[in-house]
Amino acid sequence: MAKMTMVQALNLALQQEMEKDDSVIVLGEDVGVDGGVFRVTDGLINQFGDQRVLDTPLAESAIVGMSIGMAAYGLKPVCEIQFSGFSYQNFHQIENHAARLRWRSQGRFHVPMVLRTPYGGGVRALEHHSESREAYWAHTPGLKMVIPSGPRNARSLLVSAIQDPDPVIFYESKALYRAFREEVPDAEETLPIGKPQLLKEGADLTMISYGAMMRPTLEAAGELKDKDGIEAEVIDLLTISPLDEEILVQSVKKTGRAVVIHEAPRSFGPGAEVVSRLVEKAFYYLEAPIERVAGFDIIIPSFSREKAYLPSFERILRAARKVLAA
Amino acid sequence: MPRKKITISEKVEYLSILNEKGQLDKKLEPDIGEDVLLKLHRFMVLARKFDERLLNLQRQGRIGTFPPIKGQEAAQLGTIAHLRASDWMVPAFRETAAELWRGKSLENIIIYNNGFAEGVDIPEDRNDLPISVPVGSQIIHAVGLGWAAKYRQKDDVAMTFFGDGATSEGDFHEGLNFAAVFQAPVVFVCQNNHWAISMPLSKQTRSKTLAQKAIAYGMPGIQVDGNDILAVFSAAQEAVQRARSGDGPTLIECVTYRLMMHTTADDPKRYRTDEEVEKWSKRDPLPRFQKYLMDKGLLSEDKLNEIESQIMEEIQAAVEGAEKQMAAFGDPMDMFDHAYAEMPPYLKEQKADLARELSEGGEEGDHG
Ligand SMILES: Cc1ncc(C[n+]2csc(CCOP(=O)(O)OP(=O)(O)O)c2C)c(N)n1
Ligand SMILES: [Mg+2]
Repeated sequence: MAKMTMVQALNLALQQEMEKDDSVIVLGEDVGVDGGVFRVTDGLINQFGDQRVLDTPLAESAIVGMSIGMAAYGLKPVCEIQFSGFSYQNFHQIENHAARLRWRSQGRFHVPMVLRTPYGGGVRALEHHSESREAYWAHTPGLKMVIPSGPRNARSLLVSAIQDPDPVIFYESKALYRAFREEVPDAEETLPIGKPQLLKEGADLTMISYGAMMRPTLEAAGELKDKDGIEAEVIDLLTISPLDEEILVQSVKKTGRAVVIHEAPRSFGPGAEVVSRLVEKAFYYLEAPIERVAGFDIIIPSFSREKAYLPSFERILRAARKVLAA
Repeated sequence: MPRKKITISEKVEYLSILNEKGQLDKKLEPDIGEDVLLKLHRFMVLARKFDERLLNLQRQGRIGTFPPIKGQEAAQLGTIAHLRASDWMVPAFRETAAELWRGKSLENIIIYNNGFAEGVDIPEDRNDLPISVPVGSQIIHAVGLGWAAKYRQKDDVAMTFFGDGATSEGDFHEGLNFAAVFQAPVVFVCQNNHWAISMPLSKQTRSKTLAQKAIAYGMPGIQVDGNDILAVFSAAQEAVQRARSGDGPTLIECVTYRLMMHTTADDPKRYRTDEEVEKWSKRDPLPRFQKYLMDKGLLSEDKLNEIESQIMEEIQAAVEGAEKQMAAFGDPMDMFDHAYAEMPPYLKEQKADLARELSEGGEEGDHG
């Protein structure tokens, strides 16, 4: 057990999986000598050498295309795209091939690759470094889309993603990379992909979120308890796609009220899918319209103004109180 | 069916006129007017001093992350100097010297680098695209702009800037191919500063030069000493003339060096040696150009001191002006501007929500 930041926990997952299985290969821009611009791959090239940690030329499409080839051969590539804002350069490789090779080859080939990439705002970064575009991937059949919310589940989910037989897009919140530490056990730990986690039980309201928004969501739930005497049930999706609605539906059948929170733009975001599932499966249990707290449907502003863009504790609290009052 | 050799006859030229000791190859000296020489020098000093000041501001937390340009002033100024206002400048993100030449104000550069969109400064009478961060992606836009100018029978050209790392991206190759196929009036300026964050050029490509990549696409490519402003100026003059007169695109590889960190978030000690940086410091573009100007009698130590102190005052005034402006910036409501020509109704709702939230104030306290 050691107290680790998310960066250290992810590094541990990579290091242990590489040690265990020589088919695990890390590749990407600056992942070797530099250890990744956020240091997630720090030290791996020293331990495993430059045949297992590939500093690639600057070309995202080639990084992903090459990963697909490696994966079809039977390796388990874990590629890093330096920022999710530059993963559109490789979008076609994911959409046209990674997500389809299993189907196109009628099961002869599959693509057990992981695409790790930092996402999200709140770190005073330049343009293209703050977006939250998980919906693109979640919308693509054949892909899995995972977003951890803390060091410990980041480590477990990354291990699961590496072991998963299908391609996984793995978003890491830059705002969480060094935000806090958690105890992370030395022994390998996994978490099932496709299973949301119940973080806090409650009978009055269901709060559903993931990634960097879990922290303000939990904070708002605490405030509701302290100030309003409200018991909110809090669920961390962890996997955006495939979305498992069971726990969400059960919760809302109990509480009758829900708020969905994400920093991705509101329209056509993951929240829209969550709300649809709840309306389909728990409509007669709903006692109030469901609220979404999300990024606005605009380009995230330059960093001096991004705070007003990102969903905040206050915004979540306001939405929760609105749902409770209805 | 013989197995025969196809000879590729092209050669890649390397051009150097003013070497690192400031010695001039008289035969190759370009004919540049005194006023232009002095203007180039002034902007070189301005870009250098401003870069140092930005680094200073960043370290004090007064601006955000930014990419220093130190060492690349000659590559940028020697090329951009050939553009008219109606020509198109298509930058990447490390072109501060070129942006200054085009008329962007010091104040706005500070404001931009402190995370305010107000610092985007593109007047109607100047055809400059905004900074483009996704590496290499802007290259193809220059082809479209150049082609459009040709279609409209204007003799405007497009000049695009990018780094050595960018030559690995598909967009670079697609852009060069399109430009050659459509004979678009484009000048491709590659600032080969030897590094793409932690990746040295030797791991970026096995090609001997970057200029030679032009050959594969059927356009001229030339490699120049990018720290020699006379060589850069000469090569760019030819390329711009070629484009303007309808003879198609050119790739110019400016061999230079990134003397500072990639951005202020980067630590180059992790991947390169001080000796290498030292070696390139001796090839600094500024001292050799100053020596040239002094040899020509266009500059003296006194004159230089005067220029430098003027520039320092100008920079100081800009810092003060920018900070005053930023202090007066209002609420963030204008983040909703410029998303669409016409705002969809649901966006108007979202905007109203934010306005209401701001006017109510953070009564629950600041948990951000
Ligand atoms: C498509 C894309 N991938 C990755 C990045 C992150 N990144 C920013 S600059 C850079 C290196 C660029 O190297 P080069 O083209 O040589 O330009 P230089 O930074 O040296 O000016 C990288 C990898 C990016 N901005 N865009
Ligand atoms: Mg470079």
